[in-house]
Amino acid sequence: MSTGSDTAYQGSLERGGAETSSLYYRHALPVRIMHWINVLTLTILLMSGLNIFNAHPALYWGKSSYTGAGPILEMTTKEGPNGALVGVTRIFGREFDTTGLFGASAGENGELTPRGFPSWSTIPDNQWLAMARAWHFFFAWVFVLNGISYVIYSIASRHLARDLKPTATDWRGIGRSIKDHVLFRHPSGEASKRYNVLQKLAYLVVIFGLLPLIILMGWAMSPWLNSVFPGWIDVFGGRQSARTLHFIAAWALVAFVLIHVFEVFISGVWNNLRSMITGRYRVKEEGHGSGK
Amino acid sequence: MALVNDRRRFFRRALSGAAVLALSGCDRLSRTEWFPKFLGISESLSSAAQHLITTRKSMAQEFTEADLSPQFRSNGTAKPNDPQYQAMAARGFSDYRLELRGLIEQPVSFSLAELRELPSRTQITRHDCVEGWSAIGKWKGVQLSMLLERVRPKPEARYVVFRCADAMENDGTLYYESIDMEDAYHPQTILAYQLNDAPLPVANGAPIRVRVERQLGYKMAKFITSIELVSTFDHIGRGKGGYWEDLGYQWYAGI
Repeated sequence: MSTGSDTAYQGSLERGGAETSSLYYRHALPVRIMHWINVLTLTILLMSGLNIFNAHPALYWGKSSYTGAGPILEMTTKEGPNGALVGVTRIFGREFDTTGLFGASAGENGELTPRGFPSWSTIPDNQWLAMARAWHFFFAWVFVLNGISYVIYSIASRHLARDLKPTATDWRGIGRSIKDHVLFRHPSGEASKRYNVLQKLAYLVVIFGLLPLIILMGWAMSPWLNSVFPGWIDVFGGRQSARTLHFIAAWALVAFVLIHVFEVFISGVWNNLRSMITGRYRVKEEGHGSGK
Repeated sequence: MALVNDRRRFFRRALSGAAVLALSGCDRLSRTEWFPKFLGISESLSSAAQHLITTRKSMAQEFTEADLSPQFRSNGTAKPNDPQYQAMAARGFSDYRLELRGLIEQPVSFSLAELRELPSRTQITRHDCVEGWSAIGKWKGVQLSMLLERVRPKPEARYVVFRCADAMENDGTLYYESIDMEDAYHPQTILAYQLNDAPLPVANGAPIRVRVERQLGYKMAKFITSIELVSTFDHIGRGKGGYWEDLGYQWYAGI
């Protein structure tokens, strides 16, 4: 969070004589840059990934797609009662009508077309596997290199140890933190300068759990990388399981981003946004608060 | 406060503007000449990185009979529409000849019976399609390296090009693919004439298809009629080394 007290920006600002607040230097420049690179690359990776998925919109568990068992998830079409196209999603054999969203959605001329995910959610917008792969693999490199830089930086700068590692006090206060989140209460003053314990755990799970998993499952799909140590992908259930886990991890990241953005909004969108752009976060001084 | 509001309005506009630009921009970029080329940098990067951590003889995973897919899926051309091919298939490929030519010391051709008489390799491997699905099959065939030793490639030979009997739907072009010499000499690179203990079915590329086990399915040309050794792809299709490569797919299909 902070880069240490020596560089902390502590300039106070008096506004209207009543409220006292100060700008606190919350996010170091490398973290800010890497954060926005992640925003860009993860968006592109998700959308190009959905286009790749659309080339064969079904997921399986096992070493191959044809093991004798059916797919665990499938987006397809069937003919409706009046001959109209119906988009269908089957999960573990249960069928859902998802016309307009999954299985069948508007094509280039607005007509209902067979398609896994809708065109507005994919890069490129039309079904174009070769181009989607080009986008996906280029930004996968950007993403991996950015991730490696982040881990090295976070260890070297002690960002990880100082800002992300939960303290003993954090662990003791976990019950209160859960209650605060449920009630949408946010820390102010001195406490708002630090990540809260749930926030720390969420970031750690994403940084050291989900992101490495999604990268590893991407590698597991590469036939060439399978030959590094033949059979290594069986640890994850085989290549098709790896593809399924890659997909699940992607949506788990989407869920994380939705919660993350939600928290940003309810705890002061402009203040948070500013702190991730300029690094400076406004902290309301305790004691004089909104002293009227 | 006016300043703060201005700044907020600016950010709000910048954000929504960026989102719209990004979406339509991605599609516009995809249709330019230069951007896909720029993205293509990652193909060389992936290939270099993957070759760095594997050896020339790193083996693809082999499976057991229990892992076999009940039916090996047919993909691409299921039945070439060329009458000559169909007539040959009707005769059980008894007059089939596989021709080897190009940058070799000793051009030669083999009948199917001659190929079957050569020492063979049997492998149960997984076929990964670029679309995302996989199927496991048992292949038997002759190692390409064995044929190459017979024909003695010239030092300038860098790629092995496969010419096929199947005309593609889009434009009627006969399928073609290529691999480099490393893959050509790989122990698992075989010219398969059997699938799951039966003669290779037409749907899977009879009489001969190549197995390149560390790459995706589109590298594994079916219905092979001839093999040509070349130093460049200049005179092959549109110069990218394969039918799908000429339509924008990566030549390196190890990923």
